[in-house]
Amino acid sequence: MSQVSPEMREALPDLDGVQPRLGPERADIAFEVNGAAISVNVPPLRRLSSVLRDELLLTGTKVGCDAGDCGACTVLVDGDPVCACLMSAASAAGASVTTVEGLANGRLSALQASFLDHGAAQCGICTPALLVAATALLEKKPNPTEIEVQDALGGILCRCTGYRKIIAAVMDASKQAGNLDFRLPRSGHAIGSSPIRLDGMPKVTGGEKFGGDSFPADALAVLVVRSPHYHASFAFGDLDGWVKQHPGIAGVFTAADIPGKNCFGVIGPFADQPALAEGFARLRGEAVALVAGEREAILDLDLSDFPIRWSELPHVLQPCEAQASGARLIHDNRPANLLTAGFVERGDPEAALTGAAVTVSGSIDTSYVEHAYIEPEAGYAYLDGDTLVVVACTQAPYMDRDETAKVLGLAVDKVRIVPTATGGGFGSKLDVSLQPLIGLVTLKTGRPAALAYTRNESMMSTTKRHPAEMKATIGADADGHVTGMIFAGDFNTGAYASWGPTVANRVPVHASGPYATPNYRAEGRAIHTHGPISGAFRGFGVPQATIMQETLYDELAEKLDIDRLDFRLKNCLRNGSETVTGQRLDSGVGIAECLESLRPHWVRAKADAGAFNDTNRDKRRGVGVASCWYGCGNTSLPNPSTIRVGIAACGDVILHQGAVDIGQGSNTVITQICADALGLPLEKFRLKSADTAISPDAGKTSASRQTFVTGKAAEKAGRALREKILRFANVSEKASLRLDGPAITIREGEATRHIDLAALDVDADGFVFRAEESYDPPTLPLDAKGQGKPYAVYGYGAQIAELEVDLKLGTVKLIKITAAHDVGKAINPLLVEGQIEGGIAQGIGMALMEEYIPGRTENLHDYLIPTIGDVPPIETILIEVPDPEGPFGAKGLGEHVLIPTAPAILNAIRDATGVLVTKVPATPTRIRAAIRDKEARR
Amino acid sequence: MAGCVNLWPHNKRVPTERSQNYGFDNSYGLDIICIRMNFVRQLCWQGLSKYRFLEGLFSGRQSVIRYAKPTSVDEALALLGEDAWRILAGGTDFYPAQGSKPFRDNVLDINGLAALGGIAETDDHFVIGARTTWTDIIRHPLPPAFDALKQAGREVGSVQIQNVASVAGNLCNASPAADGVPALLVLDADVELRSAITTRCLPLQDFILGNRRTALQPGELVTAIRVPKPAAGTSAFVKLGARRYLVISIAMVAARLVVDNGIVVEAAVAAGSCSVVAKRLAGVEAALRGLPAGQALADAVLAAPMAELSPIADVRGSAEYRLDAVREIVARAVLQACGLMNDPEVVAA
Repeated sequence: MSQVSPEMREALPDLDGVQPRLGPERADIAFEVNGAAISVNVPPLRRLSSVLRDELLLTGTKVGCDAGDCGACTVLVDGDPVCACLMSAASAAGASVTTVEGLANGRLSALQASFLDHGAAQCGICTPALLVAATALLEKKPNPTEIEVQDALGGILCRCTGYRKIIAAVMDASKQAGNLDFRLPRSGHAIGSSPIRLDGMPKVTGGEKFGGDSFPADALAVLVVRSPHYHASFAFGDLDGWVKQHPGIAGVFTAADIPGKNCFGVIGPFADQPALAEGFARLRGEAVALVAGEREAILDLDLSDFPIRWSELPHVLQPCEAQASGARLIHDNRPANLLTAGFVERGDPEAALTGAAVTVSGSIDTSYVEHAYIEPEAGYAYLDGDTLVVVACTQAPYMDRDETAKVLGLAVDKVRIVPTATGGGFGSKLDVSLQPLIGLVTLKTGRPAALAYTRNESMMSTTKRHPAEMKATIGADADGHVTGMIFAGDFNTGAYASWGPTVANRVPVHASGPYATPNYRAEGRAIHTHGPISGAFRGFGVPQATIMQETLYDELAEKLDIDRLDFRLKNCLRNGSETVTGQRLDSGVGIAECLESLRPHWVRAKADAGAFNDTNRDKRRGVGVASCWYGCGNTSLPNPSTIRVGIAACGDVILHQGAVDIGQGSNTVITQICADALGLPLEKFRLKSADTAISPDAGKTSASRQTFVTGKAAEKAGRALREKILRFANVSEKASLRLDGPAITIREGEATRHIDLAALDVDADGFVFRAEESYDPPTLPLDAKGQGKPYAVYGYGAQIAELEVDLKLGTVKLIKITAAHDVGKAINPLLVEGQIEGGIAQGIGMALMEEYIPGRTENLHDYLIPTIGDVPPIETILIEVPDPEGPFGAKGLGEHVLIPTAPAILNAIRDATGVLVTKVPATPTRIRAAIRDKEARR
Repeated sequence: MAGCVNLWPHNKRVPTERSQNYGFDNSYGLDIICIRMNFVRQLCWQGLSKYRFLEGLFSGRQSVIRYAKPTSVDEALALLGEDAWRILAGGTDFYPAQGSKPFRDNVLDINGLAALGGIAETDDHFVIGARTTWTDIIRHPLPPAFDALKQAGREVGSVQIQNVASVAGNLCNASPAADGVPALLVLDADVELRSAITTRCLPLQDFILGNRRTALQPGELVTAIRVPKPAAGTSAFVKLGARRYLVISIAMVAARLVVDNGIVVEAAVAAGSCSVVAKRLAGVEAALRGLPAGQALADAVLAAPMAELSPIADVRGSAEYRLDAVREIVARAVLQACGLMNDPEVVAA
C-alpha cells in the first residue's frame, strides 16, 4: 500500500484522538405497508426509502437522488404522496404506507394497465413513483385534466418518455377495460404492429430489478473515496491502522491493489483511464480508494478521518486554456492537450464561399449536459468458482467484461457480466463505472461486494455531453443552393478519452446536416481539460454541430428571402445525392419526405404565431424548423451483432436477445423482427438476456444501431432457422409454420406436415433447431480527407418548434413540437413515438435549461432537466422510406430524434424575438440579455 | 411460500440463465403481485434478524448520539435546554443536508408534538403552528390576503414535499430562495420562539438574519408563525423559475394590496432570491399607496426605487437579469393582487 512520508504524516488526521460518535440507537418501529402490519428494528432516522428497500425488500420504490429532487422514491403515507427518501422511519410509525407493490389487487390496477397500454413506461425506473402519485390523484379525481395530472406528477422526473404518454395514460386510466389487451399480432404480422412491450409487466408492478435492487444480504458495502479537486496529487496515510480503528470495515483498496492493467477506455488505442487513480487525480470526482465493510458499518462511517492528504495542483477547465502555449499537459503523450481531431474535406470550400451570392457566419457554444438517468449506477459482484460475476446496469455487457477483465488481470472468460434492467443510459452507461471497483473488492475479499452510486458521485464521476465551441460559414448561390461550408468545432473532452474520438470523427461527417454541400471542410477537435469526462451522449456531438448549421440556415434563408422550410427542401439530400464524405446515397433518403410532411404544419404554425403577434406586445410567438441526419452504427469501424435463436423441445422459441434494452424497446423490437423472419408468432418467444455467459454479443446499445444492426442479425437468424425447419420438412419457402405445443405444423398449399419436437435430438443448449447469425454493416474507411463510406444506413428527420417568448422575462413557453422522422420502417410505431417524444424532451432540456457546471450543479435541483410541465404536446409523423440495407427497411432512430429539437427551438426564439442566442442553454438570463442588446443597438 | 421463492428469488446470488418470460398471459403478472404481498411479512422478519448481530459492533465502545421524539412542547423545551440538538420537522431540508453522511448530531424530532400542528385563530392573530405543512396551508380556508402564501405553497418543491415540509422549517432553513418568506413578509408575520425559560416573538424580518442564519438562540424552538388580524386585502405570488415544476426560484414576489373605493390604501410587497434575505420593498409600497387600482400601478412599480435588492449571480441567473426581471414580476404580482391580471405564476414553461 502507499506510504506517506513522515513530514506529511503530521498533516493527516490523528487516529488516536477522540473516538467518533455513532448514529442513534435502533428502535422498533411499527407501521403498515400495503395493508400488512410490519415492524422493523432500525435507527429512527433511517430514511423510509431505505427501510422499504433494504429491510422489507420492497425494491419497487427507487432511490434516484436522496434529496427530493427526482421523486423516484414517492410512496403514499396515509394516502398522500411523499418522498420516502425525506421521511424518517420514526415518522412512518403508525402510518399506512402504500408502495407500487401495493397498487395491484390480484390484478393490475386500471392505471397500471393504462401505462402499459400507452407505452408510458420505457426504462421503468420512474414508473413506480408515477404510478403511486397518480393513484393518489385518481382517488380524488378519476378523470383529471392535463393540468391536474401535471400538477400531481410535477415532482417526479422521467428522462426517457418525454412525459406525454404518461399524461395520456393517467387521463385515460378510467377508460381502461377490465382485461388489458396485449395487442399480440397474428403470426407474420409483427412488423409494424405495436404490441405492449414484452418486458412491460414488471415495470408497472415494481418487480423489475435494476442495478441496486437485488444486492445479496451478505455483500460488503463499498464506499468510493473521490477527489474533491479538479487536479491534485495525493498520498495515503496509515490505511491499515485506519481500518483497525473502524469496526466492521473489511479493508481499503487502492491502485496498488489492482492486479491487472489499471487503464481502461472504450476505444482501445485511446485507453487512458485508471480505475483508481495513481498518485494524482485529473478530475473532480475521480476514484482514488475503495472502503469495503459490513453494510451497517459503512452506513455509519464518517470518512472525514480517512488518511489521505491532497495537494491541489493547477487546473484548466476550458479548451482555450488547455490549448494555450505552455499549458501543462494532462496526458504526457498528447501534445497541446489534443486528444484527436476528425476532418472531412470535399471540393474547394474557400473558392465556393468567395463566389457565393450570400454567406453567413456565426459561432455557437454549448454546455456540459448530464445524462441524468434516474437510476444512478449500481450493481454487485461475487465469485462463482473462479469466475467473477458482475451484476449491474449497463449498455454494453461485452465491453464491460473486457474492460473489467483487463483491469483485474483476469481472462475474459473468467468475467461474466449479468445486465440488470437499466434505468436509463443515453450513452453514459457504455463506459464501465463501478464494475472494476466492486470486482476488485470481491477478488480481494472473496465476498460479494455491492455499490450504488449516490446521485452526487454519479454526476461527478461519469461522462457528459461534450461542451462545444463552434464556428461556421455557409454560402449559397443566388438561387438559394448551398455552395460551400466551413466548420470548426472544439469539443471539451475532459480528463480522459472515453468517446471523445468518436465525437471528433462523427461531427465533421454530419456537420453539413442532411443537405447537399458540394464544397466543404469540417474539423472537430477533442481537447483535454480537467473537467468532467465527456463521452457518449445521444448523438455523439452531432446535436451540438446541428445547432450551428441549422441556425445559420435560417440566417441564409432570411438573407436570400426564401421561406425557411423551402430553403431546406431546396438543399436537402435526395436519392442519388453525394454526402460530404463522397458517399453516394442511391436510395432510402427520406429527408425531403420529412420536410414535405411538415409543410401544412409549418403554414398553420406561422399563421397562428402571426395572429397572436398581431395582438400581443410583450409576448411573441415564433416558429422554427430544423433537420437531422445520423449514420447508424460505428463510424467506419466493425460493428457486428450476433443473434442466436432456436426451438426448444417444449415448443418455445428461445431468442438470445443480446441487445441490452435500456428502455428504448429492443427486447420487443428485435423479437418482432425475428418473429416475422421466422414466421412464428410473438407469444411463442422466450427471451434470454444479454448475460455474457449465455448470449452471443449483440454489441453495445448505442449509435442508434440496435434496430438496424442487431435487428438485421435477428432477421438473418430468424430466416436461417426457418430455412432449417423447412429443409427438415422438405418443403419450399412458401410454406407456413405453426407451433402447437411440442410440435411444428407446416403447411404448403394442401399439404400439411408435423414435426414432433420431442422425437428430435436436443443439443447441449436445449435446442432441437437452432440458428446463429451475425451482421456487420458494410462501411468503408475514411481517407485523409474524410472521404469514404462511414455508414451503411442513415436515418433522417425534421421538427417544427412553436413557442412563446415573454420578452420582459426572457422565458420560453413551448406550445407544440411537430416531429417527422424517416425510420425506414416503423417496426413498432408506439415504441418509435416513445423514442421521438423522449428525444425531444432531452432536446428541450439541452436548448433551454441543462448546463452542468462541475463543482456547482452536482445534484438534480441545481442541474435542471425538463419536468412534466416543460414538454408540450408532440405530434409525430412517421415517414417510412425503406432502406435497402436495414431489416425490413428499418433505420435507426434513437439519436436522430434529439438532434433537431434544440436548433428548432433556437430558430423559433429567433423568429419570435429577432435574436439568436449563441450559447445554449438559452436560459431566461441569456434570452433577456440578447433582447436587451438588440434594444440597445436600435 | 415455497412457490414464491422460486418465482421471485430475492437476494439471489447466483443468477441462473435469465429466461425472460415476459408474461403474455395476463394471469402470470397477477401471480407475481399476489405473491409479493404475502412475501412482505416474511421478509421483514429476515430484515429484522439480519442486522441484529451487528449491534454488538457498536454497543459500549463509542458514544452514541441522542435521538428524542418528545410528545409535549414542555418536554421538548426541557431537552433543548440541556443539550445541543438539530431539529427534525418535515425532513425535506434535513435529509438533503445530511446526504450520505452518518448522523453525528443529537436530533430532536418534533413530529411528536401534536400541539404544534395546524392553524388556529386568536382574537389578534392567525397562528400557524410550527408543524403546519404547506399542504395544510393550501387546504385551510383563509382570507384572500393569504392567497399569496397558498400560491407560494404550491411552488415549494413538489406535492410530495408540500405534504410534509413545514412552513416554519422554510423560515428556519433561511434560504434566500425560500418561497414562503415573501408571502409571510407581506402578511406582517412574526415568529414565536419558545425556550424552557421564556417566550418571545420576533418580526419575520428580524428572525431571518442571513443566508442560513436566524435569530434562533440555543434552547429555543420556533413554535408558531403569527399573522396579525385582520390580514386585510387581496394578494398574489409570482415565481420566476427556469422550468415549470420543482424549481428553485430565480426570483419571486408576493404582493398584498388593500383597495378602498378604487384606491390603494395599503400595499405590502416583498421579493425573494434577490438579496440575502427576502425584503419588503418600501419604495414600491410607497409608490403604490394612494394610486387608483389600475394598470397605472405597473408603471408606478417600474419607476419605483428597489434599493433593498442586491442580487447575486448564480447558476439560475445573472445579477443584472434578476434586477431586471424582478421589477417586471413585482408589477405583475401587484396587478394580479388586485385582480387586473389573470396569469398563473410565471415560469419558463
